[in-house]
Amino acid sequence: MKILCVCGLGQGTSLILRMNTETVLRQLGIQADVENTDVSSAKGEKPDFILTSNELAQTLEGHPSKIIIVNNYFDLEEIKTALQTHLN
Amino acid sequence: MKFLEKSLVALDVEANTPEEAIRTAGMLLVEDHLVEETYIEAMVNSFKNNGPYFVLAPNIALPHARPDDGVNEACVSFIRLKKGIPFGHSMNDPVKLVFGLGASSSEEHLSILQRLIRLLESKCNVEKLLTSQSYEEIRNLIGGDLS
Repeated sequence: MKILCVCGLGQGTSLILRMNTETVLRQLGIQADVENTDVSSAKGEKPDFILTSNELAQTLEGHPSKIIIVNNYFDLEEIKTALQTHLN
Repeated sequence: MKFLEKSLVALDVEANTPEEAIRTAGMLLVEDHLVEETYIEAMVNSFKNNGPYFVLAPNIALPHARPDDGVNEACVSFIRLKKGIPFGHSMNDPVKLVFGLGASSSEEHLSILQRLIRLLESKCNVEKLLTSQSYEEIRNLIGGDLS
């Protein structure tokens, strides 16, 4: 399974989301390949899931990957709930 | 790496727009020669082009640009706004805590983001950042080993 964390530049925000997503996946005992990138590069990729903010999700409308929205990037519980809802 | 050192923190700053807040957080980094002025312009342009996606949590914005926009050293500044202002984020507005991130391409970039996560994943810490009266109180939240 491949998960792509997406932000505007692929430098800071998506990396924070990626690190917290990896923490949550470890807690859940789920193995996945997690990467981060910017929104324009994301348009050319086809991971199983894209994690991003509501703002950028709108830019990615129509993308073939399943898009999961995270509002609070520092809230591990929110990330956990979002992943559990979509991965099951 | 320079992470929220005293010269990089300003409390109860007046700003009326997101751009003013981004510039003020960026200027703290420029004054310590951690980033070039071009980096501030790049942060503002990123906001204009990509919107407020960097408002990562309620109250919290993390404006930044790319390492090649003029970063000399991995760094984070912090300003607390006197009055919260809307950045246009659907869930996390208004913004009161602005962390200016100087994104470097070095290993330090990862460690600086880890320190930021450690600070901000605690709701209790965020509450204290909103109410602290002095830099010393904030320093206690950041923990030791500041170099």
